Amino acid sequence: MISVQSRDKWQGALYSLVVVLFVWWLVSWLFRLPIIPSPVAVFLNIAEVFSTKMEVHVLYSLGRIIGGIALSILIGVPLGYLMGAFAGVNRLLSPLVYFTYPVPKLALLPVVMLLFGLGETSKLIMIVLIVVFQIIVTSRDAVMSIPQEIFRSLRSLGASRLQMFTEIILPASLSEVLTATRLALGTAVSILFFTETFGTEYGMGYFIMDAWLRVDYLDMYGGIVVLSLMGFFLFTLIDLIDQRLSSWR
Amino acid sequence: MIAVKDLSVKYRSIHGEIQALNKVNISMGTGDLYTVIGPSGCGKSTLLYVLSGILTDFEGSVLIDGKPVNPRTQRIGLILQNYGLLPWKTVYQNVMLGLKIKNGSTTLNEDGHYLLKQLGIDDLLKRYPKELSGGQQQRVAIARAFMLKPDLLLMDEPFSALDAITREEIQELFLATWERNPVNTVFVTHSVDEALYLGRKVAVFSPSPGRILEVVDNPCFHQDKRFSDDYFKMSMHLRNLLSKG
Repeated sequence: MISVQSRDKWQGALYSLVVVLFVWWLVSWLFRLPIIPSPVAVFLNIAEVFSTKMEVHVLYSLGRIIGGIALSILIGVPLGYLMGAFAGVNRLLSPLVYFTYPVPKLALLPVVMLLFGLGETSKLIMIVLIVVFQIIVTSRDAVMSIPQEIFRSLRSLGASRLQMFTEIILPASLSEVLTATRLALGTAVSILFFTETFGTEYGMGYFIMDAWLRVDYLDMYGGIVVLSLMGFFLFTLIDLIDQRLSSWR
Repeated sequence: MIAVKDLSVKYRSIHGEIQALNKVNISMGTGDLYTVIGPSGCGKSTLLYVLSGILTDFEGSVLIDGKPVNPRTQRIGLILQNYGLLPWKTVYQNVMLGLKIKNGSTTLNEDGHYLLKQLGIDDLLKRYPKELSGGQQQRVAIARAFMLKPDLLLMDEPFSALDAITREEIQELFLATWERNPVNTVFVTHSVDEALYLGRKVAVFSPSPGRILEVVDNPCFHQDKRFSDDYFKMSMHLRNLLSKG
């Protein structure tokens, strides 16, 4: 069953890619404007400039996004677990999470940059600020939704707190945390783009905006394509890990 | 030896204190099989939670072989109505869970193999619980409990979610397994028939707050005499006790 599902997924991805490329090509063919180059020209350009101009930007962006998400998991998952496992902690932190959740954190960018400078720290903080809440809430809810019977049957076996954690909490919540991470990824890439337009000369955000200012549309489109592929690659990677670890579902 | 003396349990709720158990006394010899029957909400499950060490806030004393209940040092098997299996573990990992926690061992010995074979789950070991029927899941739960060679086996309406035919099969299987490994067992049920078929002794509980009305020595244990005089008399006696409260 799982293999059929994942084959469907791959077919879906391939189908979407073909449709998007075709529509893009059609538009470029119909309008014949320099601001809409054909996908063929863009992909040829990527092949040409990737190793000379683009690679370093890709690596910077990849590093920032992986760092940001890893940090969000390191902060969010333990906090969520604590909130899920201890009602006291939940009472203390839940209002804070709910209150700050709808605040548009992107608007905090100037504040973060004033406090932490224009460098890497601010960029990481921005990604974490936006992604971490989703991960906190998901891990907390995952822990809270584990049926009491499961804890009871382990407690009657004399399991220690650590064993409860490794045998129950971790495996029960893993899949949901991965799903939350995957969903947060889309937002994280957008934030990354935005933060990379400030105070840096590296990253796909910088590359795209720089190409735009230089009126180099082939490079600009190439940047957008590569950034999208990067997001897709990370998305798929988490999906594969999730499938591998959650075959029991 | 299980000795429960003057066990009382109170729950605190928004409506004030609720007395769940009221001075319950039980004394079980070694290798005894008790069924506990009573109306819903009479505190049968509470009794099991106390015996399994999950509930520690009680009055009175509960001793297993002369020592207070402690799941860390004693071996307690618990089988629940919804099986209590971990959905992310395979059948094998579920069966070995008790031993893993108690001894840190995850290898199956010969006795273990035999047990799995007897319960008919030896060819399901790689499956996950969601791939099993209710009856199969309950066999896994039984295997997990017996694998532990427990000092005390506690069963909370374990077969009530199964259909009638599967239930009879599993009852039979449970008795066969129990007779090979006679451990002290407290079996909570709400069915008079099940109490009479599976219990060497039947403890009848009053409605809430639960106390024991009578402990009956059961001549019908593991005998299909559902139409015999003995069975009829016992059944009437239990039903009378239950209806009077």
